Amino acid sequence: MGGRAALRDMIEEGKDMTSFTITIAGDSAINLVFSQTISPETSRMIRSAAQTLEDDPVPGIVELVPTFCSLMVCYDPLVVDYKTLTQSIGGKLRGLASGESSLRRIIEIPVCYGGDFGPDLPTVAAHAGLTEQEVVKIHSGRDYLIDMLGFLPGFAYLGGLDERLHTPRLATPRTAIPAGSVGIGGKQTGIYPLSSPGGWQIIGRSPIRPYDPDRERPILYEAGDYLRFVPITEQQYHVIDSQVKAGTYEYRSSLEES
Amino acid sequence: MGVTANKPGVCTTVQDGGRRGYMGSGFSPSGVMDQRAYHIANILLDNPADAPVLEFCLAGPTLRFTTSTVIAITGGDFRPMLDGRPIASYTAVPVERGSVLSFSAPRTGVYGYLAVAGGSFRVEKVMGSYSTNLKCGIGGYKGRKLQTGDYVPFVAKAVDYLPHLGSRTLPRSEAFPCEDSDEITLRAIPGPQDDLFTDEGIRTFFDAPYTVTSKCDRMGFRLEGPIVTTKQGSDIISDGIALGAVQIPDHGQPIIMLADRQTTGGYAKIATVASVDIPLLVQSKPGRVIHFERITVEEAQKLYRDGHRQMMAWMQRVNRPSYGDVSPRKTARRLTPILEEQARMSKKSNEQNWTQTNRYLHADRRAAIADRLRKEAELARTIINAAEGGDGPSPGPRS
Repeated sequence: MGGRAALRDMIEEGKDMTSFTITIAGDSAINLVFSQTISPETSRMIRSAAQTLEDDPVPGIVELVPTFCSLMVCYDPLVVDYKTLTQSIGGKLRGLASGESSLRRIIEIPVCYGGDFGPDLPTVAAHAGLTEQEVVKIHSGRDYLIDMLGFLPGFAYLGGLDERLHTPRLATPRTAIPAGSVGIGGKQTGIYPLSSPGGWQIIGRSPIRPYDPDRERPILYEAGDYLRFVPITEQQYHVIDSQVKAGTYEYRSSLEES
Repeated sequence: MGVTANKPGVCTTVQDGGRRGYMGSGFSPSGVMDQRAYHIANILLDNPADAPVLEFCLAGPTLRFTTSTVIAITGGDFRPMLDGRPIASYTAVPVERGSVLSFSAPRTGVYGYLAVAGGSFRVEKVMGSYSTNLKCGIGGYKGRKLQTGDYVPFVAKAVDYLPHLGSRTLPRSEAFPCEDSDEITLRAIPGPQDDLFTDEGIRTFFDAPYTVTSKCDRMGFRLEGPIVTTKQGSDIISDGIALGAVQIPDHGQPIIMLADRQTTGGYAKIATVASVDIPLLVQSKPGRVIHFERITVEEAQKLYRDGHRQMMAWMQRVNRPSYGDVSPRKTARRLTPILEEQARMSKKSNEQNWTQTNRYLHADRRAAIADRLRKEAELARTIINAAEGGDGPSPGPRS
């Protein structure tokens, strides 16, 4: 692709700047490819590139799709053509520092671990050679960076699960996993935003709704945010559940220095 | 005021141009499969550019109208019948209250569209769009496909008269190209991961014929043909999937990703079908042979702009004044103010409708409208002169 080399040169003229190549995804989309490997650093770069293009939009851009290593930019070719778009994006992202902000947005997800809500917690504990309490402590003991949303609406691919908790998927996937379920699948952990079939080990459930089409922000979080799982009791689960249903629950998020 | 589904059809859903702005959160864009047929249906009825329509597939619904209105049917040839009598598609057709609209299996094509004048169906927008997202159960009519007995209401009071009704038709052959072709060519832009395929794989893809299989739906169309080989397997780190992306999983057979596609995926994409050729693809029944022709992104974008100009030309054409139902001798003197009013109204409504999305905003449009106004005034004068002359030729129906 002609644009690929040209833009890289353009971007690399400066120092300490985000470097990306451009690939063509048809007549209405391009990909800005930042890296070939998944890393928190790459996620941050993609996040700040997306933020820059949201804050200072190029006319014609209709959609931004951040993924592990790239940012897909969908556009209307009646408004802006390929050449003009790549030039404007190159210009706008020129001054972009790679790890721009040290602030991270953290979304709290209350989770009732184990019991009926987390039928596979014993399996994960046995696989790790730990007690269930230890699994809960490890799982809720760190914040998880959202690398990407995909697979299902609001399904967050989270990076950074403790190696001790890596557990193979179920041999036979369940046909229905309730919305709000928190699971582990191989090296990944995450929360099911919708009821869905799935093969992950389910260790708990959250009463909150990551996805609600009637809410102003239908999806609670976006790529680049962090999720923090907060253990709650079954009683608290039911309290929050009724608040969520009544529309009185206040979702908690905070900005913290990393 | 609306339609009742006597029979729901196989997969009849309310759709519009698609749900934009939520792909980054994992929502498929949804929307109509055949954007061209969709826009034509709304143009024929002077509807807003984003008016919702009913999309049906393979077996259309049977619908009873609880009010009189004007409809337009586009897309595949589902041989529509109104109260048992065949009616034209790609044409605005008045429908009486109580009439029953039915369809047969499509003679050609796969997807059909029904638009209703006056702004079409009354459903709530969810996250900015009328489109049904079947996976999430949102949008459209209760987030699902139609079932027997469903009642879909119209916006406000449906209209039973449209200006220039006689002009509101387009020839199928022109608006629905390649209808009877067993083989079609889809133009495609290489990328975004064409570098992961062998030279031979790329040659195969662009040279060999592929056949549309029966495994085709709103998510994607699966094709069958010679295997396209990769250098080191098809797995990539998941990235975004654009409309028309041609995924080649390790089995080497193309899957073209469409309206209800996943937003991200982990298979290499060898090319992306040009937007203008997506309607050709989605209207292809199993067995149709497909050839891919390589083009550049610049060429594809030129085709895109040409397609838009064509749509604008059709829009002007179906809005031409038509005199077929008026006796000039008796009413010539009354025509001028009516025509002027019509022109003014259609200018107003068109501008309101079509600038909302700004896709259709073009500078030359104003000039075209001014030009049309002038021509209509001239025509009106001709008619008056003819009528006053006593024995001038009747203007007759539209040319």
